[in-house]
Amino acid sequence: MKDVIEGRVWVLGADVDTDQIISGKHLTIIDPNELKKHVFEIALPEFATEAREGDIIVADENFACGSSREHAPQAMRAIGVGAVVADSFARIFYRNAINLGIPTIEVRGVRKIFEKGDTARIEMRAGKITNLRTGAFVTFPPLPAHLLELLEVGGLVEKVRVELARRKAVAGAA
Amino acid sequence: MSASNGHGMTLAEKILARAGGLDHVVPGQIVEGNVDLAMMHEQGAQTVLPFHQMGAETVWDPDRVVIAIDHWVPASTEGAAILHRILRKFAAETHLPHFYDVGNHGICHQILAENGWVVPGDLAVGTDSHTNMLGAMGAVAAGIGPTEMAAVLALGQLWLKVPPTLHIRVRGRFGRGVTAKDLILRILGEVKTTGATYKAVEFSGPTIEALSMPERFTICNMTTEMGAKAGMVAPDEKTFDYLRPIAKHSMHPLRADADAAYERTIDIDVSDMPPMVACPYSPDNVRPLPEVVLEHVKVDQVFLGSCTNARIEDLREGAAMMKGNKVAPGVRFIVSPASTKIYQQCLEEGIIETFTKAGAVFTNSSCSACFGGNMGILAPDEVCASSSNRNFPGRMGAKEARIYLLSPAATVAAAIRGELTDPRDLM
Repeated sequence: MKDVIEGRVWVLGADVDTDQIISGKHLTIIDPNELKKHVFEIALPEFATEAREGDIIVADENFACGSSREHAPQAMRAIGVGAVVADSFARIFYRNAINLGIPTIEVRGVRKIFEKGDTARIEMRAGKITNLRTGAFVTFPPLPAHLLELLEVGGLVEKVRVELARRKAVAGAA
Repeated sequence: MSASNGHGMTLAEKILARAGGLDHVVPGQIVEGNVDLAMMHEQGAQTVLPFHQMGAETVWDPDRVVIAIDHWVPASTEGAAILHRILRKFAAETHLPHFYDVGNHGICHQILAENGWVVPGDLAVGTDSHTNMLGAMGAVAAGIGPTEMAAVLALGQLWLKVPPTLHIRVRGRFGRGVTAKDLILRILGEVKTTGATYKAVEFSGPTIEALSMPERFTICNMTTEMGAKAGMVAPDEKTFDYLRPIAKHSMHPLRADADAAYERTIDIDVSDMPPMVACPYSPDNVRPLPEVVLEHVKVDQVFLGSCTNARIEDLREGAAMMKGNKVAPGVRFIVSPASTKIYQQCLEEGIIETFTKAGAVFTNSSCSACFGGNMGILAPDEVCASSSNRNFPGRMGAKEARIYLLSPAATVAAAIRGELTDPRDLM
């Protein structure tokens, strides 16, 4: 995880549920590179073809509510989304995205300082998101240590891999 | 509405303290919880790759893992068939014996409930958002994603932030034709889809105590639509009676302290409550059904199914209304029981005959039309009356399709009349 993340912004409204991110008909797809062709098919149809690596998603309240499908953040990671920022998140998506190593930040009032195509600058440790076009910014308390650590190592797979290796080494030494 | 500033622990706090081996926890605290039960459905197929990437070889406790396929049963596409095959292979390789496969299948949450896999005091996790339903056992049951599930399978633990608890106290008796589903819809209308985000929801009061276990499943199930991490009812004699013959592991019944510190308490009286309906396009867009009925909302499809409302009690009630009636011309009525066991009960009790002779399609058990990925898909601008739990754009197919969420009785009433109908008119 980079401490400062900059990227082009896509904006989304409130209550964009996971059906609108990856709809039910695509749930049998598990290859992230295939999934990314369908991301935001209902909420933002041009995203899948126009989004590029490093883009930042800025959404209003209750982003990604609904089903627990990890297809949604998987598809975003496959595109290379730089960060997902919202006024608020539904809890399962929030966990899923951080587990996959995607910087995911909840900040009240963030949606209204951005328009589509603006550039956002996110300072993870300082806790600040700035619109580089307008200069407007919002601040947030930096993520708790255990979540920063998860992002730092690249997500949950890496964290558990290290933990299991440690346990194995301890067991081997005993 | 009031805030309680006691120092005692809520039910969720008690359960998470137990899971973390702690005497006391407070909201906001991070707990490394030992998992009592882990459940996967087809999304579990996405657990296999991260499980191997983590370097894991064995599952922490195969007797605490349940696989129950439900979204595409039997497989309706090649993609679904591949998901099923991945899960079967994984279960064989890691020696997971509790696989509810085609023929012994059902909606994953119903499988957990009717086989006693979640008991009071448990911390249960599943790869489906409606895992909250099992909180009706007096447990914390939460949905997680497949990567997180891989970590749970490897370690038997996951971190959880102790949630603040929203306390919902309910009193009063339901009027005729009013059900637990109408209650949870009404609560959704008040609390909204973000009202319990990251929170635990604890239901109590005389009305909740009077609910049967299946009714408690329905209300806990839809705490998911409120954004809740978990929804729960403290265990009582009904819980113990339900679980005693089937419990798969020992119960640790817990209750909130009398001076529990709730974030807030909402009091609801159901005495004069009419049947309710959640209108498009959100489960919190809730109105009294008699009001919406006046707008003569015609329906193209009716769905009696899903983990929310497809238990034997729901289908019996629906069949009793259907008897002597026909499905309205031009309406497609799909009935899908929540498990194979319920299917068999319907067969024995003549419920399948009642529905099919009336012109309904009675399917095998599955999530069916609820999620728009298997069967019962809606075309643009079609309208569906449904006993399920979500009506966001695109939930059952076309994004313009309109879904109305109702009690089982009101769902069947819509099938008979061809438009949204107050079920009391047919009782």
